[in-house]
Amino acid sequence: MKSLPALAVCLTGAFLTISQAASAMECEEITLGSAISLTGKYATNGVHAKNGYEFAIQKIKDAGGAKVGDKCYNFKVIYYDDESKGDRAATLTERLVNQDNVQYMLGPYSSGMTKAIAPVTEKYQIPMVEAEGASRSLFNKGYRYLFAVLSTSEQYLASAVTLAAEMAEKSGKDPSSVKVAIAVENDPFSLDIRAGVLEDAGKFGMQTVIDEKLPRDLSDMSAILTKVKLLKPDLLIVSGHSKGAATAVRQIGEQKISVPMIAVTHCEAADVVGNFGDSANDILCSTQWAETLSYEDPLFGSAANYEKEFKMAFPEYADKTVPYQIAQASAAVYVFKDAFERAGSLDKEAVRDAIAATDLMTFYGGIKFSEAGNNIAKPMVLRQIQDGQYNVVAPSEFASHKLNWPRN
Amino acid sequence: MEQVLGNISLLFEFPVVNLKIIVDGVMVGALFALAAYGLALVWGVMNVKNLAQGDFVIAGGYVSWWLAGKGMPPLFGVPIAFIVLWGIGWVIYKLVITRVIERDLFTSLLATFGLAIMIAQILNLLFGSDTQSIQLEYDTLYFFDGFVDIPIAKLLGVLMAAVLATCVVIFMKTSRMGQAIRATAQDARAARVLGIDTEKVYAFTFSLNAAICGAAGAIIVMVWVIQPFYGIAYSIRAFVIVTAAGLGNLPGVISAGLGIGALEQYGAHIFGIGYQQAVAVLLLLLVLLVRLIQQRRMRQSLQ
Repeated sequence: MKSLPALAVCLTGAFLTISQAASAMECEEITLGSAISLTGKYATNGVHAKNGYEFAIQKIKDAGGAKVGDKCYNFKVIYYDDESKGDRAATLTERLVNQDNVQYMLGPYSSGMTKAIAPVTEKYQIPMVEAEGASRSLFNKGYRYLFAVLSTSEQYLASAVTLAAEMAEKSGKDPSSVKVAIAVENDPFSLDIRAGVLEDAGKFGMQTVIDEKLPRDLSDMSAILTKVKLLKPDLLIVSGHSKGAATAVRQIGEQKISVPMIAVTHCEAADVVGNFGDSANDILCSTQWAETLSYEDPLFGSAANYEKEFKMAFPEYADKTVPYQIAQASAAVYVFKDAFERAGSLDKEAVRDAIAATDLMTFYGGIKFSEAGNNIAKPMVLRQIQDGQYNVVAPSEFASHKLNWPRN
Repeated sequence: MEQVLGNISLLFEFPVVNLKIIVDGVMVGALFALAAYGLALVWGVMNVKNLAQGDFVIAGGYVSWWLAGKGMPPLFGVPIAFIVLWGIGWVIYKLVITRVIERDLFTSLLATFGLAIMIAQILNLLFGSDTQSIQLEYDTLYFFDGFVDIPIAKLLGVLMAAVLATCVVIFMKTSRMGQAIRATAQDARAARVLGIDTEKVYAFTFSLNAAICGAAGAIIVMVWVIQPFYGIAYSIRAFVIVTAAGLGNLPGVISAGLGIGALEQYGAHIFGIGYQQAVAVLLLLLVLLVRLIQQRRMRQSLQ
């Protein structure tokens, strides 16, 4: 009878070795969590982000998983629908952490949702890599576990100011003679854009002649455009998500507004070329990423290759350009893979430190986090709509086309 | 404050801007008036304050936009949206409104509020949350050195709104059903005694309202933009207009609609476009205050 426990130990040992051998052949799973907007006003972009996550996860799986120590892992994401509501997003994050025991988070869509979630992930010390929250107010709260792969929002249109200054100099005028008109929505994202533009315009000593807030349910901005006609600014900045872009481009055409340079956000989301044709010509659009940029990495290949493969995996995007919201979501998953591999363990703190030390070149651009967690290695891109095509015109080192200036 | 003063001085420096503001305002106002007239109808006849008014407008817009995307000429969207929303209005009446019509104010408010949320969310699920619009290939007319611009599409929209309003008025004045509706509005019980099927009248009125809103939405999608959650903006304006004009006062509704359109544009010019809707809400407050004082003077008791 004495030998029985010994036998049991022996057998268990044998089983363990066998099961370990089996698991070495097949990758285990790392579970990530994400509360994301699948319904509500952010649904379109929420679904984009989810598709971006899923595409990257599939690519990593096809490439043999993430190698952590001597094991390999695939990613799996538990998604909950936050209904585009901040309080819901925070509750769902609590649930992901407490009930589903999620240890690592992917971000939600929009700065507002990220702002709602960040205090929760911070409380439970859960590392979160987010791809869709650009507000700079996310990065002045001293969050330790929040990392963002995208450029912060005050950079979105600030480069248009520099461009306007360059053009003024070229035509023999002083940059301080440039008059700026700003029309932005009254939300955190657009107010950041305004702050960035005002800051840069201040550096050149430019004069702000119009500075107005757009309402949330904007459908008519002729009042502002009439003032633009009277005050003749040299640079017009509009940021109001897709409704701002759509309303601005349509009414700029209707009212025959001629401003030498017009810079807008969310041109692609509003499909200003498809909807308004010629009115959209020579308008500058900011973007986080474009498939024509010369970035690349070993997993996804070049930016152009990413677009091609994504369209194959998600045929519903076949006849449109892939929005940058998707590319940056994939980049966030890639950051996790890279960090797990460098950390060599699944320990939360080790992974967090590895993410903080990220210095990675990807198809989406460079990724390197500041102390505050925002990405400082990737510039914003300005594209100009030239004959219905989006052509990169700034920053000049990645530009494929020359800027048309002044606009008509 | 400096900006406000600057904006006011612009009005005097360039007087033609006033004309531009009024023209723009009247064109917006015409469509507000249409939605408001439908609201006045339902309010007056059934005593239901329909909070889903704006969402009917947006739904009509989406019907027209969807069909235009399928290759239909956009102008046909107006009559088709009218018919489709008529059907939707009738279904909603039979499912929901008929059950709350005899209840107190709060039940019908809650029910229509719920409807508003439902419609917005269904549109969001069906069509996505991006803004949509139909671009018509018409020219824009320019006057006064291009300061006043009237896109022909907008002009057509306003004309269609006028035609629709006229048709509804003629219908209400002359047709048998129009008379029945007005009789029910005056006294539902007496109307029933005289053999009017009030249930039918209610269903008809509610459907007609939805249809008018739908047509307004189909016009709006051609001249401005729509989004599933824009309904509330039109609901608020409809309420302001009806409260200001009073029930059963069609010339009042139209002039209040045009007036609010113009005042909003002035507000947008002077205080900034962000305060455009604030002007409408402020007007509602003022109107309510004035009405309250008026009513206090001639105290009446009903029921």
